[in-house]
Amino acid sequence: MNLPRLTIWRAIFAVLMAAGAYATWLRVAYGLGGVTNLSDQFPWGLWIGFDVLCGVGLAAGGFTLVAVVHIFNIERYKPILRPAILTAFLGYVLVVLALLFDLGRPDRIWHPLVMWNPHSVMFEVAWCVTLYTTVLALEFAPVVFEKLGWRKPLHWLQFISVPLMIVGVILSTLHQSSLGSLYLIVPHKLYGLWYTPLLPIFFYLSAICVGLAMTIFESWHSSRAFGRELELPLAAGLARVLAVLLMTFLFVRLLDLGQRGAFPLLRQNRTETWLFALEIILLAVPMFLLFQRRVRWNPARLYAAAVMVIFGFITNRLNVAVTGMEAGSGTHYIPRWTEVAVTLAIVALGFAVFRLVAQCFPIFEQQRQPSRDEILPSRDREGALEAR
Amino acid sequence: MPKAILYDSTLCIGCKACEAACAERWHLPYDDKVAAEPRLSAHKLTAIQTFGDHFSRRLCMHCAEPTCASVCPVGALHKTSLGPVVYDASKCMGCRYCMVACPFQVPAYEWHSRLPKVRKCDMCYDRQLAGKPTACAEACPVGATTCGDRDALIAEAKRRIAEKPASYYPRVYGLTEVGGTSVLYVSAVPFDQIGLRTTLPQQPLPALTWRALEAVPSVVSVGSVLLGGIWWITNRRDEVARKEGRR
Repeated sequence: MNLPRLTIWRAIFAVLMAAGAYATWLRVAYGLGGVTNLSDQFPWGLWIGFDVLCGVGLAAGGFTLVAVVHIFNIERYKPILRPAILTAFLGYVLVVLALLFDLGRPDRIWHPLVMWNPHSVMFEVAWCVTLYTTVLALEFAPVVFEKLGWRKPLHWLQFISVPLMIVGVILSTLHQSSLGSLYLIVPHKLYGLWYTPLLPIFFYLSAICVGLAMTIFESWHSSRAFGRELELPLAAGLARVLAVLLMTFLFVRLLDLGQRGAFPLLRQNRTETWLFALEIILLAVPMFLLFQRRVRWNPARLYAAAVMVIFGFITNRLNVAVTGMEAGSGTHYIPRWTEVAVTLAIVALGFAVFRLVAQCFPIFEQQRQPSRDEILPSRDREGALEAR
Repeated sequence: MPKAILYDSTLCIGCKACEAACAERWHLPYDDKVAAEPRLSAHKLTAIQTFGDHFSRRLCMHCAEPTCASVCPVGALHKTSLGPVVYDASKCMGCRYCMVACPFQVPAYEWHSRLPKVRKCDMCYDRQLAGKPTACAEACPVGATTCGDRDALIAEAKRRIAEKPASYYPRVYGLTEVGGTSVLYVSAVPFDQIGLRTTLPQQPLPALTWRALEAVPSVVSVGSVLLGGIWWITNRRDEVARKEGRR
């Protein structure tokens, strides 16, 4: 790694952390009103729209890859499983951290665990996120135990690993979709381009899409950061699945808009129309790209397509949480700099901690015993995979 | 017998005595500056609004099936059998889902407090328990706000409309909106002209999320069987292949 690039990134990181720390102090000292542009008319802003809705979705690669590798037993994806679980675990921890900023009484974050209301989607999400974060911790624990050489707990974890993984996939299915269900109760507020009874299904599908995109994104970045070769055959394989899922998502999305007679809304020249168009473009363009073999097998193009999917996903979530809620609430919302500062600091923290953990623990395949698959020359492997 | 409040916009003179009485009851500061604020907020739990020649009043609607109570993850809000929807601040963690979900945009938040609470009208629950009228109804000098049993107030509202059909828009607001509310309105003009939402569903909103939540047990049971089955099949296939020496 050449030094100048490193210093630039470290400088950016330091600036973001300093701004975040200052914003945190303001949050503690002056309350939500002192640091956010939230109001009685618009009580959920960037911290819910991005940090929570996007954060949980961006961490969906964990359960997707677990299902692929351990439940569907497609073992060749194993080399990218650990980084995906690490991304998911960090993602959930950061979501909880962001919630501590957003909750009016962060000291009571544990309340839903003891004060029940099974009629509340938020209650279900709170339980699922708590349980799934625990599952992720247990799924990641073997990495730590391996490093420390703790045989016995490792054996125990292996014993419960299959039920644990099944529980993880189910919990993810529940709360990824439930984040969409949160908005089922605001038919009078959420704009017609986004309000649909299918919200939970769309949230679930798009979470799997962005989970795959994040896995590609994160493989590409770690390959550069740690001077490794990108597991191109694996990334390309995921990309093909991603293209099919994106097509399914967009197809059902458009079908639903037609069914509800929402297309006439697109004739109106308003912010909602343009941001809806942006969302669809950012998901449709990578779909077309990823259907092409020459894009999937070119690291740079593949990376670009994955980034587009991630931005399309973020646009979708922010559209539901912010754009779509503005008109119905009769107000405009633009986050204050302190809200943005906290969000960026949390994202930066995620990157930094990932890097740190990856340096200290055996996350990547090369650091472990090579399996027979990897001893094969890489060109043979590519040929064999395409032949399947 | 559930209690309710009837607000008659045709009788209201806009004196804001209800606002002052409400502020006094909650020990909130009330002066000309607060009186001039048209919106509900954490320090103003009821508000008289002016629409041309007509007045309107905003306060918690105390829905028959409250959206806020259904969305609250900790059950801090609940509908009492007496009618009022009450709030337990000691449970609230400040997620503000109630504020997002309320179809009438009623709950307000203490944004500038370090230990913030949600604030909203509780229909003077303690006074009603003691058999007293709400502070606002007691303070109203012209009988524009009255409180009593919901059924009796509905009959009264319909009687007024029938007696003076020329002075009233022939509907009672709150009868069926989101499944019915405990605050009822009558007015000289259609309700959207005095700032009330007239496009709300006539069914209670909690059913919308309950439909999704109902699916949770099926997702868990079908999901575990399905995933377990897939795992067993794929794993078994590998085992057999390994045993037969194909791998």
